[in-house]
Amino acid sequence: MPRLHVPQPPTRPGDKPDFSYVALSPAGVIPKPEVQARSRDMEDVAHGLVRVLDDRHEAVGQWNPQLDAEDLQVGLRHMLLTRIFDDRMQRTQRQGKISFYMRSYGEEAVAVAAAMALQPGDMLFPSYRQQGIYMVRGKPLVELMCQLLSNTRDMCKGRQLPVMYHWNAGRIFSISGNLTTQFPQAVGWAMAAAIRNEDHIAATWIGEGSSAEADFHHGLLFAAVHQAPVIMNIVNNQWAISTFQGTAGGEQRSFAARGPGYGVPGIRVDGNDFLAVYGVTQWAAQRARTGGGPTLIELVTYRASAHSTSDDPSRYRPKEDYEHWPLGDPVERLKNHLIARGEWSEKQHKELHAELDAHVVASWKEAVSFGALNEGPRLDRHLMFEDVYKDFPDNLRRQSEQLAEEIKLNAELGLAAPKE
Amino acid sequence: MAQMNMIQALNSAMDVTMARDPSVVVMGEDVGYFGGVFRVTDGLQRKYGEHRVLDSPISEGGIVATAIGMAVNGLKPVAEIQFADYIYPAVDQIASELARLRYRSAGDFTSPVVIRAPCGGGIRGGQTHSQSPEAIFTHICGVKVVMPSNPYDAKGLLIAAIEDEDPIIFFEPKRIYNGPFDGDPNKPAVPWSTHPKGDVPEGHYKVPIGKSEIVRPGGAVTIVTYGTMVYVCEAAARKLNIDAEIIDVRTMSPLDIDPICSSVKKTGRCVIAHEATRFCGFGAELSASIQEECFWYLEAPIQRVAGWDTPYPHAFEWEYFPGQARVALALRAAMGDEQQ
Repeated sequence: MPRLHVPQPPTRPGDKPDFSYVALSPAGVIPKPEVQARSRDMEDVAHGLVRVLDDRHEAVGQWNPQLDAEDLQVGLRHMLLTRIFDDRMQRTQRQGKISFYMRSYGEEAVAVAAAMALQPGDMLFPSYRQQGIYMVRGKPLVELMCQLLSNTRDMCKGRQLPVMYHWNAGRIFSISGNLTTQFPQAVGWAMAAAIRNEDHIAATWIGEGSSAEADFHHGLLFAAVHQAPVIMNIVNNQWAISTFQGTAGGEQRSFAARGPGYGVPGIRVDGNDFLAVYGVTQWAAQRARTGGGPTLIELVTYRASAHSTSDDPSRYRPKEDYEHWPLGDPVERLKNHLIARGEWSEKQHKELHAELDAHVVASWKEAVSFGALNEGPRLDRHLMFEDVYKDFPDNLRRQSEQLAEEIKLNAELGLAAPKE
Repeated sequence: MAQMNMIQALNSAMDVTMARDPSVVVMGEDVGYFGGVFRVTDGLQRKYGEHRVLDSPISEGGIVATAIGMAVNGLKPVAEIQFADYIYPAVDQIASELARLRYRSAGDFTSPVVIRAPCGGGIRGGQTHSQSPEAIFTHICGVKVVMPSNPYDAKGLLIAAIEDEDPIIFFEPKRIYNGPFDGDPNKPAVPWSTHPKGDVPEGHYKVPIGKSEIVRPGGAVTIVTYGTMVYVCEAAARKLNIDAEIIDVRTMSPLDIDPICSSVKKTGRCVIAHEATRFCGFGAELSASIQEECFWYLEAPIQRVAGWDTPYPHAFEWEYFPGQARVALALRAAMGDEQQ
């Protein structure tokens, strides 16, 4: 008799953390296929775990991108900056300066290594947890902070929740609050690049939870049909708010293994291993750029923080989970590798941390001078009515005028008018 | 009777029906172990088990589609869409399937699914956590559309919805989950324990679907509204000292138009208020239906109060939200020269 299966996470609050369900491979053992290999001839990379950094902090195996120390130090800087930025912004939310925040703690390599392995002209379609790509592409922190503050310099003109950045000039697509929508859009962008004979490729990121949306299928389908030059990343950080990766279908097969079903190579990679993420992205980018089509990459990592400032993970998972996560911490691992190579020291690391923290603090000081959601100068409220269409229609003109009347009336009714 | 907020009342509705009817199942994102991001399903999985309270994958289309299949096979699914703003991937399943199954099979198949979805703004949710998409669904023939405005109605309507033989989209105005809200964000929050509709029977009872309610009798003007706007309208009428009759629509489809028209014929004046965008909002249907029936009784043009015709902007939440001033402008216009 059939019996309904209900996936269960291995541990709940109060339990001892247990990650025995995470299939691991030793560093360096997964062979790297030829860049033009057929999907069907490389299905094993969808099940293993590509790792480059071993337990002695050495880089081993075919996927090692052989980066020089300077590149690795740049990567470390971007990851550390992402982490410090996240920490500080989380605190400003707790102080009521911004309304909402989402950290990428523990997942910094996923965004930073991938963005570094791509070219500046490649188009990125992130979800809300890849702020590291903004660090790599050099967006001034002040501009990100002004978005978080919804202030007079907010790139979104007050229309979006914090974190929903965009940067067309930096080739980073507008973040949606709806999940997975960007995944097939990236495929469309890549199809256009192929139609227009451009060299650039697209890359997109979703969480493993978001792979449940139908847009995931749409993306893989069109990418496979048209062999679009696109890299499709699934960030498997184990948790989608309160539901673990099994609820999204991760119990039966790896998320990477969904690629081969469509004829798209799937690669499962250690998402906390900067070098492995870099190496796999570089391979997929080369494949896409040389006409080999799309690649699906599953980045195995752990959402070390809450889903957002509205979430409390202590309700549904053990508090000390992250300390036991078998793939460690991405910042620590790259730091230790550089130290093992003799190209970095604890002292340098401390200095870097202090330098970046000072940069974040100074940027914040500048950003708040342009106002905050509830204090200081505010955006012109008329902006609310703009950009619905290119031209300004009459109904919105009337509504904008009515709003001015309402604000006058508030005083008469003894109501506090919305702040100017 | 017990004191309940809307969250507790909705939870109690599911609890009561699940205890009475083993075919009732609850499903949705984070609704099981966690109890829902707004806690509406808190404790139900512990009580009724994992086969009756299912944590769904993040797939709104999948949630509604599988709920239809379950209903066809004899279950009564109560599916949560975490925010009404996330319902759009499920629209094909709702519009083309859920709504039409009875019709296209001449009653051979039916699918009595309840879809619960928190809606509305006022929680700093920005454009993807603030929408009021009820008019998209009232335009679909074959689904009923409900929105309660208080704990008593929330529980009674949800029980009625679960026991209804037709599919129902059940919108929950999340700004008033914890207490009535008069549109003034600077005032301290008021809990439901201060409101008579926060008294909720612990057991089984129903509030009929398809019935509006006069929540404040009056003779000078009829205000037709629902959800959070009930309280904003009450406050505005009080401030202007207008003897308004306020009707809470409660069920948008099928619409209980007769009591609304009776009231408008009595007052000769009408203001319609909702949070959703004005253009082609549900107020347009109300206005047209009232005008058809009450034209010869009207002393002034029917006024509409609504959200602006823009997406819901994060930083301009209170400029977008139709607060007391917007209602007051409409009331003054509806009252015409008598008040000037």
